[in-house]
Amino acid sequence: MNKNNLVEYFRAQIREDPDVASAVAAIRSLLEFLKRDQSETILGLRENMTKAIHRLEETDSSVAVSSGGELFLRFISLTSLEHPDLSQCKNVMIERGELFLKKISLSRGKVGKLCHTFIKDGAKILTHSSSRVVLKVLENAAADNKRFTVYVTESQPDSAGKHMAQKLGKLNIPVMVVLDAAVGYIMEKVDLVIVGAEGVVESGGVINKIGTYQMAVCSKAHNKPFYVVSESFKFVRLYPLNQQDVPDRFKYKADILKTVKDLNQEHPMIDYTPPSLITLLFTDLGVLTPSAVSDELIKLYL
Amino acid sequence: MADSDGRQVVSINHSTEEDVKLQEVVQAKCEGKELTKEEKQRLRKEKKQHKKNKKDDRGPPEKEKEKEKASVLAPSKPATQSPAHKAAPVPVNASASESPVAAEKPAKSKAEQRAERRARQDTERASKQGKKEGGQQSASSKPKATPNELQPVKRLPEHIQVDDPAALKKLAKKLERQQVPLRSDYGYKVSLFSHLHQYSRKNPPTQQISIPATVIHPSIVRLGLQYSQGIIAGSNARSVALLHAFKQVIQDYSTPPNEELSRDLVNKLSPYISFLSQCRPLSASMGNAIKYIKKEISNIPSQCKEEEAKRRLQECIDSYINEKIILASEAISKYAIEKISDGDVILVYGCSSLVNHILCEAFEKQRKFRVIVVDSRPRLEGREALRRLVKKGIRCTYVLISALSYILPEVSKVFLGAHALLANGYVMSRVGTSQIALVAKAYNVPVLVCCETYKFCERVQTDSFESNELDDPDDLIVTRNGKTHLENWQTVKSLGLLNLVYDVTPPDFVDLVITDLGMIPCTSVPVVLRVKNVDQ
Repeated sequence: MNKNNLVEYFRAQIREDPDVASAVAAIRSLLEFLKRDQSETILGLRENMTKAIHRLEETDSSVAVSSGGELFLRFISLTSLEHPDLSQCKNVMIERGELFLKKISLSRGKVGKLCHTFIKDGAKILTHSSSRVVLKVLENAAADNKRFTVYVTESQPDSAGKHMAQKLGKLNIPVMVVLDAAVGYIMEKVDLVIVGAEGVVESGGVINKIGTYQMAVCSKAHNKPFYVVSESFKFVRLYPLNQQDVPDRFKYKADILKTVKDLNQEHPMIDYTPPSLITLLFTDLGVLTPSAVSDELIKLYL
Repeated sequence: MADSDGRQVVSINHSTEEDVKLQEVVQAKCEGKELTKEEKQRLRKEKKQHKKNKKDDRGPPEKEKEKEKASVLAPSKPATQSPAHKAAPVPVNASASESPVAAEKPAKSKAEQRAERRARQDTERASKQGKKEGGQQSASSKPKATPNELQPVKRLPEHIQVDDPAALKKLAKKLERQQVPLRSDYGYKVSLFSHLHQYSRKNPPTQQISIPATVIHPSIVRLGLQYSQGIIAGSNARSVALLHAFKQVIQDYSTPPNEELSRDLVNKLSPYISFLSQCRPLSASMGNAIKYIKKEISNIPSQCKEEEAKRRLQECIDSYINEKIILASEAISKYAIEKISDGDVILVYGCSSLVNHILCEAFEKQRKFRVIVVDSRPRLEGREALRRLVKKGIRCTYVLISALSYILPEVSKVFLGAHALLANGYVMSRVGTSQIALVAKAYNVPVLVCCETYKFCERVQTDSFESNELDDPDDLIVTRNGKTHLENWQTVKSLGLLNLVYDVTPPDFVDLVITDLGMIPCTSVPVVLRVKNVDQ
């Protein structure tokens, strides 16, 4: 399977199932790539896989694709691949790949189950942009017969917030769209803030759609709890010290990175929220404080 | 005093005979010969006799006993004895003679004395098993103590219990047993830090050792002198020097007959370690290195030949230095260079070998940055760092720590070295580091601490008072314009000079810790310790 086929497969996955996380689609494509790979040695196989991951990162520059790909690679090569026969090794790797895929497909459900208990009856929730995990959490809470209202920010430049409002409307949850600039104004009315994440970094901070950092600072000033919901395959081995320290390849969309010369003229699509502003993180590994994220990462990666 | 004159004479006669024997033993010690087992036993018996005599003849002038006790405690005292040391035996003796009321009756019959002695020994044994160091004062070391052995209490290390006379007495006894000279404290200590040692550089412990020293290996004596004079300073340098000295010791070691290398060598190392901690308190990195060596030595199988065992130990030490220090610094540089971007203005404090290495590597990899070196008195270590960086060709600025808030708005990152990382995430480093971290936090400048994992220790500390090091107070004396104002500081009774060496930085001020395992937040130190313990 060559690179173009891989990208086609990836795009097809996203088209067929718009609800799937981009990282899950990427991992499915990587698994398919692994199955069809023709290399003769384990080393060659690993090299091809790494190249494939890079190719996918070029297509979709979100942090989750990068972290998901790396975790996938680690997970399948974690076993002892000591069979003399290459095809046997490959079968073991494919098996583990399927296992990994199954696990992460269930993670969104797990997160939803964990988090919805934190939403009390009559709560007013603020969220940012469009996150499928947050949607799942609110879905679970609504199914639990809780009454709550949701405020969603518009989240320019792609107006993702309006899509979120539509989806929530279909679930019969009362929702209101607010301007990005109105976050400070609305903060005194809300009880809690829940956002998703594109990536969770080593310090326990999160990388998410631009505007999240502002919301976090505001909620800290008003002493409102700021919750982040994310699956565990989004944990990534980055450690940004400030906004500038986030690598450029995550900040901008993939096609902009390729075409534009001077990135200073472009607006970044994501920002970094430091761990001091986050109250709790809900993941499929459990409910974590930001300092526990490093603990989990050490366990995952070391 | 008149009626006790007779008794006084008796006691003096009594003691002179034993005194003679003692003097012989003391002389032997002075000559640096190792005491044979019989001599050691005799010494022990004499001391017990002394104690018994003191209790039986109650009321002999304390001064006499004091002198004898003093001579027993520190065999080779130089003439220039500081008053502080004399003071120590006085409270010890005061406590000894204050001993329980039962012993106050004069002229007891022999049988009663024997019974009493037996009872005393029993209770002493019982109290020894449930011994608690810090809380013990006069009565508890004596028989009437109610031993609280119910819960095992952690012992406080000796070097932070200097104001506790019982602990001092214990240390003196231990050092005497190991034939290591006891170093005396110097000058008036500020009361908040009176629980720490304060030594003078003009009075090194090596003066009290005769040449050739047969008890302590000469390379250890040399190392001790280098530590106490400040010739070798810096956590990595001290650990490496220690390991090299131990390599020499192992090379020259030969197993005595009927002894096993794995046990005897460890016992041989204990007096050396006591001596080194008298010269300068051990650092956390040195402590970990010593633990590692002791473990390796005791893991040598008994059927291993001596040559083979020695070779194996040398290899272990070499690989420890290589892995934990040299390769670790390579790994840390690799991670740290990712954090240095072009156009950065980096602030460093003092002279950390690791931080200097990182900056030199980054410069070689063509990163464009400039460095601001912050320095402080009295050590002025920043000058050494400045020298090394300028030699490489890095653009540097030099300021004193008082100009910190002036220079910080220009700074983009702060790189700090560490002496040790404590289990609760606090960073122990050169005094002034926590100040830099605090001001950097106020200006929102990221603070990065670079530390190898062998410096992580299980201790917990939240302030800089509990466990620290006091350097020579005379270092603070400076001559400006021909005038030395603090020259006679000892004559002013209410004046104390404080020369602290370390301070402790809370984890809220530190943004990132770079270790050879990767980049971790300050709160993850116990996780790394846990992972390391599992590995071992």
